[in-house]
Amino acid sequence: MAFDCCPTEIYNQQFLMLDLQKYSCLGAALRDALDRYSSETCLIEADRDREKTRLTYSDFKEISLPLARALEDADFDAGDRAAILMTNQSKWLISAYAIFYSGGVLVPLDYKLTADEQLQLLEHSKAKVLVVEYYLWRAIMQSPEFQNIKARLVLVTEAPVQTDLGGGFRWEDFKRKGAPDFITRQREDAACIVYSSGTGGRPKGCVLTHENYLEQCRALTAWYPFWPGVRYLSILPTNHAIDFMVGFIGPFLCGACVVHLRTLRPEFVRDAFVRYRITYVALVPMIVKNLERGVRAKFDELPPWKRAILNRMIALNKLLTRSRPRVKMSRMLLPQVHRAFGGELLALITGGAFMEPSTMQFFYDLGIPVVNGYGLTEAGTALTLNDLKPFRADTVGKPLPGIELRLLSPNQEGIGEVAARSKTVMSHYLDDAELTLETIVDGWLLTGDLGRFDKDGHLQLFGRKKNMIVTEGGKNIYPEDIETMFDGLPVKEYCVFAANYVWPQKALGKEMLLITLRLEQNQRFDGALLQQIVDRNRRLPDFKRVGGYVVWEKDFPRTASMKIKRQLLAEEIGSTVERGAVVVL
Amino acid sequence: MNTVNQTIEEILDLAAAHFKVPRETISPDDDFFKTLKIDSLQALDLLTKLENHFHVELPDYELQGVSDFRTLAGKIQARL
Repeated sequence: MAFDCCPTEIYNQQFLMLDLQKYSCLGAALRDALDRYSSETCLIEADRDREKTRLTYSDFKEISLPLARALEDADFDAGDRAAILMTNQSKWLISAYAIFYSGGVLVPLDYKLTADEQLQLLEHSKAKVLVVEYYLWRAIMQSPEFQNIKARLVLVTEAPVQTDLGGGFRWEDFKRKGAPDFITRQREDAACIVYSSGTGGRPKGCVLTHENYLEQCRALTAWYPFWPGVRYLSILPTNHAIDFMVGFIGPFLCGACVVHLRTLRPEFVRDAFVRYRITYVALVPMIVKNLERGVRAKFDELPPWKRAILNRMIALNKLLTRSRPRVKMSRMLLPQVHRAFGGELLALITGGAFMEPSTMQFFYDLGIPVVNGYGLTEAGTALTLNDLKPFRADTVGKPLPGIELRLLSPNQEGIGEVAARSKTVMSHYLDDAELTLETIVDGWLLTGDLGRFDKDGHLQLFGRKKNMIVTEGGKNIYPEDIETMFDGLPVKEYCVFAANYVWPQKALGKEMLLITLRLEQNQRFDGALLQQIVDRNRRLPDFKRVGGYVVWEKDFPRTASMKIKRQLLAEEIGSTVERGAVVVL
Repeated sequence: MNTVNQTIEEILDLAAAHFKVPRETISPDDDFFKTLKIDSLQALDLLTKLENHFHVELPDYELQGVSDFRTLAGKIQARL
């Protein structure tokens, strides 16, 4: 345990979490957790400053089992797939548990995708059941593709009574009396299908097994345990691998509490830290930066003499926490800062996207450890985490217990592609044996990320081999997925790239997409073409937009089947054109 | 009740004041992420200011896919 303020009197009682090694599936482990921690609070849901729901583990069981029974009566069988398409809320977790209880395979879908994209993934997953929030279902019903939906049972949450749900049922009414049969699954069976990309092209549905999740949970909680009384603020979407693990599986298997907010307005997020005395929160860099801006603004409002005292306290805290966090002491040195975060915050967990070291250092110097990690959906959740012994802002930490990492073909500087082998690595990509064979070679997952280990065994990342970007909001964006938005652009051909793929950087960050245009003979790039690009770009969600363009003078190299040879084209552009020549949109 | 154009004007005034940009540099069809150089969280912050001003409540999802002031005004106008 990395902190000095862990309530060791509780932690050492070895009430502790379940022995996950003895379970064959998530459903069984969750079922036991619900009984073991029955009187503990497991879920709080708030909308702005209004608390909507507060459930104990016993309440949770009481609500979820009638849903499991209704699924059973609807012929939902072992191995059947059920998709969840919702923002973070209690019904997400209740539905997930009912699906696992019934032996089902969960397909968490991203609510930020467009309705058409959601329908594509729904079709690819072959989900029989869809649990969906009303506002998202309304958008899906308006899609031209709605008529082709294959899910035979749709449960819509929070729908007004007597509204036409296009054949769907109100989630709140879908329950049956009587104890459902618990359907057990084996460790190697699929637990979830999680899409890491593929809305515009080749769907990448990572099939993650029960073993993957049970082992990931063991690895994570070995370093960062949960226990009854811990409150985890769930902000990242629950369909995201990180929140699914640390905002559901991890806390539930340890008797902790998950707090959901129905709004992510910064003022209500800040308020939630205090109101619910949050212990852990996982955040993407964009939110951490937002918090930093808020804290700095407060500091700037202080009169000079108070600011001078604060600066001294920060300097003292920095000195005393050089070798490890001393959160109790930090809370005494900087009480006003810690009160603003609820007074019980143990760590901000980050990962999934590049985080500015200066931002992590800023919080650490205030006595709020930022636990930076690295992982990818294909590997469960996290491969490495910072163990805070000592805090390092310049690395993504060390491999978690049970996870082997090695570097493939390291160059003279020791930088190579990170490969991972562990019980947390996915089974395969759904219905894509070819991609699976390319990605998992001799039991090693090829991550496409470039890294190097330092002398202390910390992994440092230096960019990636893959043509993709990760936004500050933690979204993986693959150029192929957004190219369809530019269909019909009046040019000879075009191709979207991640700028860092064309001009490899030895660092992460500063990521953007660019569109490469090959004009027709005698065509000139004019205002009308620019407007068409801008208009199409604006139809994409803001985090998927291309940031610039390059006009390329040669035909694109293509395979015999006329696919663009992306890597070759990227190399040609990268060696011919300066990055500075990209025209910003 | 406000007309849509009044609502747009009030939104532009508030956005300019909140993000400290000259009012004349922003117009109804601008992409506010780009013009104001803000991220989606700052956009949510703006939404809170607008809610307080217009005395309406908008769920976060109403902002999903919205990036120009005119569309935003339409969402608010529908709840006035």
